[in-house]
Amino acid sequence: MAGQGEERGEEKKKFSIWDLPDVPAGQLPPHLELQRTRVLCNKDAPIHTESVLYSGAYASMGVDNSLRLDHFCNNFRVEVVRLTEEDMEFDMIGIDAAIANAFRRILIAELPTMAIEKVLIANNTSVVQDEVLAHRLGLIPISVDPRLFEYMSENDQPNEKNTIVFKLHVRCKRGSPRITVKSDELKWLPNGSELIKESRNVASDSASKPETYTSFSCSQDTLPEFANNPIAPKYLDIIISKLGPGQEIELEAHAVKGMGKTHAKWSPVATAWYRMLPEVVLLEEVEDDLAEGLKSKCPVNVFDIEDLGKGKKRATVARPRACTLCRECIRGEEWEKRVAIRRVRDHFIFTIESTGALPPDVLFTEAVKILEDKCERVITELS
Amino acid sequence: MEHGSFTDNSAATFSLTEEDHTLANAVRFTLNQDPRVTFCGYSIPHPSNARVNIRVQTTGDPAREVLKDACQDLMLMCRHVRSSFDKAVEDFKASNAVKAMKIDSQDSDLEESE
Repeated sequence: MAGQGEERGEEKKKFSIWDLPDVPAGQLPPHLELQRTRVLCNKDAPIHTESVLYSGAYASMGVDNSLRLDHFCNNFRVEVVRLTEEDMEFDMIGIDAAIANAFRRILIAELPTMAIEKVLIANNTSVVQDEVLAHRLGLIPISVDPRLFEYMSENDQPNEKNTIVFKLHVRCKRGSPRITVKSDELKWLPNGSELIKESRNVASDSASKPETYTSFSCSQDTLPEFANNPIAPKYLDIIISKLGPGQEIELEAHAVKGMGKTHAKWSPVATAWYRMLPEVVLLEEVEDDLAEGLKSKCPVNVFDIEDLGKGKKRATVARPRACTLCRECIRGEEWEKRVAIRRVRDHFIFTIESTGALPPDVLFTEAVKILEDKCERVITELS
Repeated sequence: MEHGSFTDNSAATFSLTEEDHTLANAVRFTLNQDPRVTFCGYSIPHPSNARVNIRVQTTGDPAREVLKDACQDLMLMCRHVRSSFDKAVEDFKASNAVKAMKIDSQDSDLEESE
């Protein structure tokens, strides 16, 4: 018995699985590659949604999953699909969801803008209450580059570097019909506030300029950026309030710099969102009646019919990018075997809609700069 | 800020103030991809306080250095993203300008021929 064991031991040579001719070395087998790069959207729920981050995840296969910066730099691509003054749509290929989400969060909450914060109301006899009117004024987007201004903290005096002053004075005369107060009635005051602060100091001489609510040392329209284009709300037809006969609104609004984190009025984007590129794959040949049925099921016309001649038809995937993941094509019996809906995990279709202060491509560049600044801050804290 | 042990500096928890998921998730992604890291994760102790705890455990290198390298990698990735994006926007604007010029010249040709 021992002799037989020894013979068998000598015959068994050590060989590695990599010596077999048909095992691809340095690459993952296709089913693992599918798991690593695609989210499979099944009928009930998506699977493989978490990206495989650990650098040694495929170490036993000889594949290095670590972040190699040169690999990232070579594979990363940006393709712009649409770019206008107000919105843009572009594709980012080769990046991970964590970073794409970081950009989205910064676009919504951490890019500074100018918005009306303090409203000094001299007279308001309209039906809209003071605080409601002030809230509405705060939400009006102002068309000015926020990078030209500084933040104002509580101890600072409002001056020309951190405040923009607007005036609104509308009156509806008795006997005339009701009027609508629109945002074009907001007039920019480049010289600062005109409302005079009541000062208790009797000793101050009457010859000096009366103190107002802001202290502008020079007029804002002497600055080159504002010399020829006055600061105004971006959209001049926003309804602020409505006045009946005999009602009047007289107020002054001060706009300061802030971030969306504090209040949504300071968010520079109407919204910014991303989605992963959908991939629709036909696992089997879908012919004739089934093909017609498949094409009619899809509400966004992802599928097309291809004529094969002799009256035979076949379904093809024509516009996978339009797929909204409604899963109509895999509802019903046996359709899951024929159609597979997946998402490509590192291809993001970003859409940014700006409210008008800055064009959307500038907004994205600023958002990336802010993420860099955050990293820099962490590095300096650690050193 | 760094809560670790004096004797073993390969494992530590870094507590960052004024940060949230935006930076923490991105740093966690780059940390995970580093082969020297055995464990990394982040948690937010309470959503009302802007504080993030990032835990890093390595195979021997000081955790502080590994975190610094991860932040450095993230910065380089951001710079690359920014330059690629700027270039793509420029190319798009240039190709649109060319298309607009072509359409204009086609229109003017039509007008002339009429």
